[in-house]
This record gives sequence, C-alpha cells and structure tokens, in this order.
Amino acid sequence: MTQSFLEGNEAIARGAVAAGCRFFAGYPITPATSIYQQMLQLLPPAGGVCLQGEDEIASIGFCLGASMAGVKAMTATSGPGISLYSEQISFAIGGEIPLVIVDVQRLGPSTGSATKGADGDIQFLRWGNSGGMPVIVLAPVDVRDCYLLTMQAFNLAERYRCPVFIASNKEIGMTRESIDLDDLTGPEPEVRKPCPEDHPGHPFAPLPSENVPPFLPIGGKRHSRQTSSTHGEDGYISTDPAVIEAGILRMQEKLLGTVGDFTFYEYDGDAEDDILLVVYGVTARAAKAAVRELRALGSRVALLTLKTLYPVPEECIRQHLRGKSRVVVIEMNLGQYVREIERLSGNTAVSFYGRMNGELISPKDIVLKVGS
Amino acid sequence: MTSLLNRERPPVFCPGCGHEAVVRGLDQALQRLGLPGNRVAIVSDIGCSGLFDTFFNTHAFHGLHGRALTYATGIKMARPDLKVIVVMGDGGLGIGGAHVLSSCRRNLDITLLILNNFNYGMTGGQCSATTPTTGRTSSGFLNELEAPLDICRVAVAAGAPYVDRTMATGKELVDSLVQALCYPGFSLIDIWGLCPGRYSKKNRVTLTQMAEDIKESSAIAGPVAGNEREEYAAHYRRLATRAPAASKPLTVAATCHAPIRERCDVLLLGSAGQYINTVGEILCLAGMSGGLHVSQKNDYPITVLRGHSIAEVVLDRQPIEYTGIGSPAVVVCVAAEGVARRKKVFATLPEDAVVVKDSKLSLPDTRAKVIDIDFAKLKIRSSEQALAALAMVAREGILLTYEMLVVGLGHRYQGKMLDEALAVVARICDR
Repeated sequence: MTQSFLEGNEAIARGAVAAGCRFFAGYPITPATSIYQQMLQLLPPAGGVCLQGEDEIASIGFCLGASMAGVKAMTATSGPGISLYSEQISFAIGGEIPLVIVDVQRLGPSTGSATKGADGDIQFLRWGNSGGMPVIVLAPVDVRDCYLLTMQAFNLAERYRCPVFIASNKEIGMTRESIDLDDLTGPEPEVRKPCPEDHPGHPFAPLPSENVPPFLPIGGKRHSRQTSSTHGEDGYISTDPAVIEAGILRMQEKLLGTVGDFTFYEYDGDAEDDILLVVYGVTARAAKAAVRELRALGSRVALLTLKTLYPVPEECIRQHLRGKSRVVVIEMNLGQYVREIERLSGNTAVSFYGRMNGELISPKDIVLKVGS
Repeated sequence: MTSLLNRERPPVFCPGCGHEAVVRGLDQALQRLGLPGNRVAIVSDIGCSGLFDTFFNTHAFHGLHGRALTYATGIKMARPDLKVIVVMGDGGLGIGGAHVLSSCRRNLDITLLILNNFNYGMTGGQCSATTPTTGRTSSGFLNELEAPLDICRVAVAAGAPYVDRTMATGKELVDSLVQALCYPGFSLIDIWGLCPGRYSKKNRVTLTQMAEDIKESSAIAGPVAGNEREEYAAHYRRLATRAPAASKPLTVAATCHAPIRERCDVLLLGSAGQYINTVGEILCLAGMSGGLHVSQKNDYPITVLRGHSIAEVVLDRQPIEYTGIGSPAVVVCVAAEGVARRKKVFATLPEDAVVVKDSKLSLPDTRAKVIDIDFAKLKIRSSEQALAALAMVAREGILLTYEMLVVGLGHRYQGKMLDEALAVVARICDR
C-alpha cells in the first residue's frame, strides 16, 4: 500500500485542479489560507490564474468575472469571509454564475477563534443571501471527501449554473492524514452547456423543458449580458411580474427538483434499527466509532451521514427516518441542521446534541448522549 | 465602422444629463478604434451610470455597487484580448474605493470611466465622496463635514499610469476616451457632468465654471511619467511561466513492520522553535512506512515564533475515525510551555502509557512510566530534542521501530539536514 499525507485543504485544492478549475482568487484567512497557498503552487504552472484580492469582496468578484468569461473558478474563506461575500453570493445566484465557494468554518461568532473548528455557518450558507434562493451545500467528512466532493461541486456548479458551497471545518482543513490517492476516482469533469447556434441568444433562456440556461460567455462571439438586477430571459431589467416569477421559480426548481441526483450520503443500518443518528462533517468520524460502541452495548442504532446538506435531501431523510422511534442530530453548533430534520420528522422524536466551544465532539460524548 | 448603440434602447437619462454625452462619446470612440461589439465588455456599477451597458450592443456586465472593477479584473485576466471598460459614478467610486486603489496599483489594461456629477443621483441626490463642502444635497449638513476626494490626485499617488479629467459635454471627450482606451495599462478618466435631476436643481453649476475648475485642478492629463510600467496581465503571465512545476504529493510505501496492535494517540508537547510540527509529521511518515493509518493536528499560537507548540498524532492499523486525542499512549515533553498547556492530561494517563521528557522538566503527577533524557548532558540542542525523544520511543520499541524512523526522516529531509537528523537518532538508539 502506498499512501500520501494530506490535509483537507490540500485535498480540496488538488480536487479542484483535477476538476478543471483554472481560476482561484482569495484573501488569506485562517483556517482556509492553505487552500490559496496550494492553488498558488498548482495553477500558474497549469496555465491558470491565482490571485490574492485586496479583500474578500474583490476575490469573489474576480471569480464571478472569470467564471462568466468561461473559466471554472473557486474561492475559499472562513466565516468572516462568507459574511463579506454575501452580496456577491446573491449576485451569483441570480446571475446563475457557476462558482465553488469553500467555507473552512472556524469557531464564531465573528472573528471568533481562527484555529478552532465549528460547524456554525450551516444555516448561514443556506440563508446568507438576499432573496433566500436555494444554493447547494456539500459537507465533506475527511480528506478523501475533500478531494471527491470538490470534484462533485465543480460538476454541480457547471450543470446547474449556481454557487456550490463546500462546508468544511478547521478540524478537516488543517488535519493531515494518510490517504491512498490511487484509490480515488473522481467523477468525469462536466462543463457548462454552451448556447447552441440556433438558440435566440438570450442569456437566461433555457432550452425547452430544461431549467438551466445554456451558457453564453462574456467575450464570446455572440453578445452576452450579465446583471444583478431582476431580469427577463434577455438579460435586461424586467418589471413584469409574470416574467419575474417565471425566472424565480425556474431558478428554484432547477435545484429543488433535481437534488435527488446529487444527494451524497452514507447510511449504516438496517430495518431493525430504531434509533437514527444524523450527522455531517467531521462529527461523522466520531459518530462511526460511537455507533460501534453503542451496538456492542446492545443498541439498535443506525447512522445517517449527510454529505449533501442543501437543498435538503428530503426524500433521503424521510426514507431513513421511517421505522425509527428516535432521532438524534449531532452537530458542532447550537442546533442548526436539526431544524431541517425536525421539519421532516413527523411524530418521530428528534433530539439534539452539540457543542460550539472549539472542541470536537468525541465518541464518548455521543455514546453518553444516545445511551441515556 | 457602424455604431454600437442599441437603437431599440436609447438613453433614458434626464434631459441635460452628462451621462448621455458620454454614451454618445464612447460609441464614437469605439467606432474610431474599429472594435466590433463582441470584442468589448462594458462593466457597469449601480446608479444612473449603471444603465450604461443597456445602451450598447457589446458584452455587458452589470454587477454590485462599487464592485465593477472586481468583475472587470476577472474578465480581463480570463480574456486579456477583450477591451474591458468600467463605468461607474462618484457613488461607485466611494463605495469601491479599495478596488480603485488596487486597480491603480495593479495596472491591468482596463479603462475606468468615472461619471462624476458630485452626488448620488438615482437615490435622490445625497452627497458623495466628491461633493464640495459648499454643495447643497439631500444629505443636509453632512457634506459640510467632509473634504471631497480628488480622485485624479489619489490615482496618481496610488500608481495609476494614465489619469485624465474632462467634461462630459466637452469637445475633447472622444479624443480623451480614445487615448485612454488605447493606453496599454490601467487608465482612469474623471468625467465631470451635470445632474439636472438632482444636484443642478439645488446648486448653481454651469458648464463654463466646471471647465474652468477642471483646468485649475488638473496637473495630469494622460500618461503619468513615474507610474508607467509593465501591464499586469502580461507581467503575470511572464512570471507564471517561470513558476516551477507543481509537485505531486509525496507517496510512502509500506515497507516496514509497525510494532502497534491497536490505535495509539500521541502528544508532542513543546515550544516554538522545537520543530514539533515537523517531528509529528516525521512520526506520521514513519507510521505510514509501517503500513499504518495516521493523522496529525497541531496547536500553536498565531504568533508562531513564541509560546507553546503541540502536535496531536494518531496511529492505527485501521482507518482512523475520531481524530481527537483520547488517552495518549505516548507523551513527549520537551518544553514547559507545552506541558503547561496540556497539564490536565497527566493525571489521566494509565500505567502502561509512556512519557518521554527532558530531565529538567517537572510534570504534574502521573501513573505513566516516565523516561528522562538529559538533553543538556547529551548536548542535544532545543531544536533537536523532540526528534531525540521520538528516537527514544523507537528505541523502546513503542509505536515505531528505528527502521521506520529512518525511513520517515528520509521522506522529510535531504542532504545535510537529513545527515544531522540521522546522527541524533543514531546516538539515542545506540546505532
């Protein structure tokens, strides 16, 4: 067996380049900085561009411009940076601009602790945009996921023309671990569908019975428009409620209607289990060990590790809730994703265990909580 | 060359607005340059000037307030062959100040047109960064309190190699635009105009007075001698081709036999300057040479040259689940700062845990087996003590073998550093 020794951040950078990313811009911020440093090593020799923006707002702005010019782009930051990105994120949603945005979460609120982990931005990633339109949020568990889910993220950004978040955590990004890279086969890289010659050339007009407009690059042979204003299919400002609603609903449906195609998760359990643990991110590692111990103690416990957090994979969650008498959601925050589970749980009791003090949740913590 | 104006979308500005003259002037300038619409990208900001892109048959990008330069930068870096023109008002100038300064410093070949009418027209005539203190605006007395910005002086000071100021309605407009567009670098024109809808309603502004004020204020009109330098995108590409090829990740083959049966948590407790992080990595590489799964986290203050430095390492025959440290099997102590930071762990250590420490360090009470190394007597420097302690662990046959440690060192060091490290390890292990 041969192994390499990588931290989550390096795996994200390498996964991005493997997916075809050739533009990165970011502002240094612990614990995400090493993603930028890696891209600075990887991109220029590969003919790509890696920039350090004067601030986060510039960095994501560079990415939006480059993406609309046809280049796969990524940016990376932590909670304080996502705060600064917020307006540009809203623009990326409404402008249907493919972009991968990594949040290596730190303990908040605000500046918080740069070198402590948390999963405090989960709802923020979903709702930190004006208008509340859906976004895609993927949550890696470990170094291997960092590589593979980043590749998936780029494909989803291309396929659905939207921002895709990677919700990482200091505990993943800055933990190095052994990994067999030969064992990793990522998905085939996808590229945004180009606008066909016979298409009228309206930048926000999808093909019949499709929900994602084919791509007209800024700088291409046919004129293209991009705008942060409410617009019609032609990319000009619209004040017509019917036109506005059609566009808004299409953008919503393009993600809510297809989440079944990108619900990444792991489930360990069977029909006899009556307790369901729901976890994501680094907590899933402790949960795996806890489940083993709980089963040794006689518990009939199942483990659902969600890797697609948003749009909420309702079908997957409902399916695994079925037959369970008790659900425990475990998060490195004060209870964020648990709200999504509660919404779907019907009469099944949902309880929450979490902490947001910069410490990992340990297997022992989980065994104590579930066992009680 | 035909006009690039979209006849179906004529300008909708207030009669007499300076912006309309700039729309016509820009069209003429682009015609003179013979640029087809699909080679031009107009990037607009928010406000009345934000409507600019809708009047042209070119590529258009209308983004957020103050951020037009950020998109333009990304577009131009991805497509250096495009003519990228940024249009914003004095409003975008204010909110986007940092981006204006950075663009001056960067010298990317884009052209910035600041349509300066001394107020925020679209939102009702509030004061902007360029409103004179004597101006009457809908911001009450607030603009009397702040000095207005002379963006041309600021741009020159910030490194812009081409700076100009002109009238929206002046005869020189088209020439000014052509020159700025042709300049192979960052060019900025401060274009003054009337706002008949707001500012000119409350203030006596005449075009004649404006022209005189421009003449008085402008020392620079065109290339700025001390600031001319290589254009950013070309410079970037030149440096990028010199960048060394990215290295593939290191691979470690399992060639040794590791002396552990179950998961082992390890704490390395030291201080800045003791290469704790590196020794943790060496332990991991050694573990991998023994076919183990490994993980490492570090804990050190942001001010890296001072204070504690701690590495948390996990070694296991199985894939590692929880990466936190439970009950460590081995604790290496080479500095008081590290010990102090984790003082609580010592009371929890079982009897079969091993602590390897500098003999002059005192520890909290522990049941673990303690092995002292007199680093002072052995003349082992502070920077080598953590490695020496790890060698002691190997000598005891715990966690790793001498062979694994040597392989691990070989993956991390070369040349003189490797020789010195091997020498330290050999001394401790009596090899």
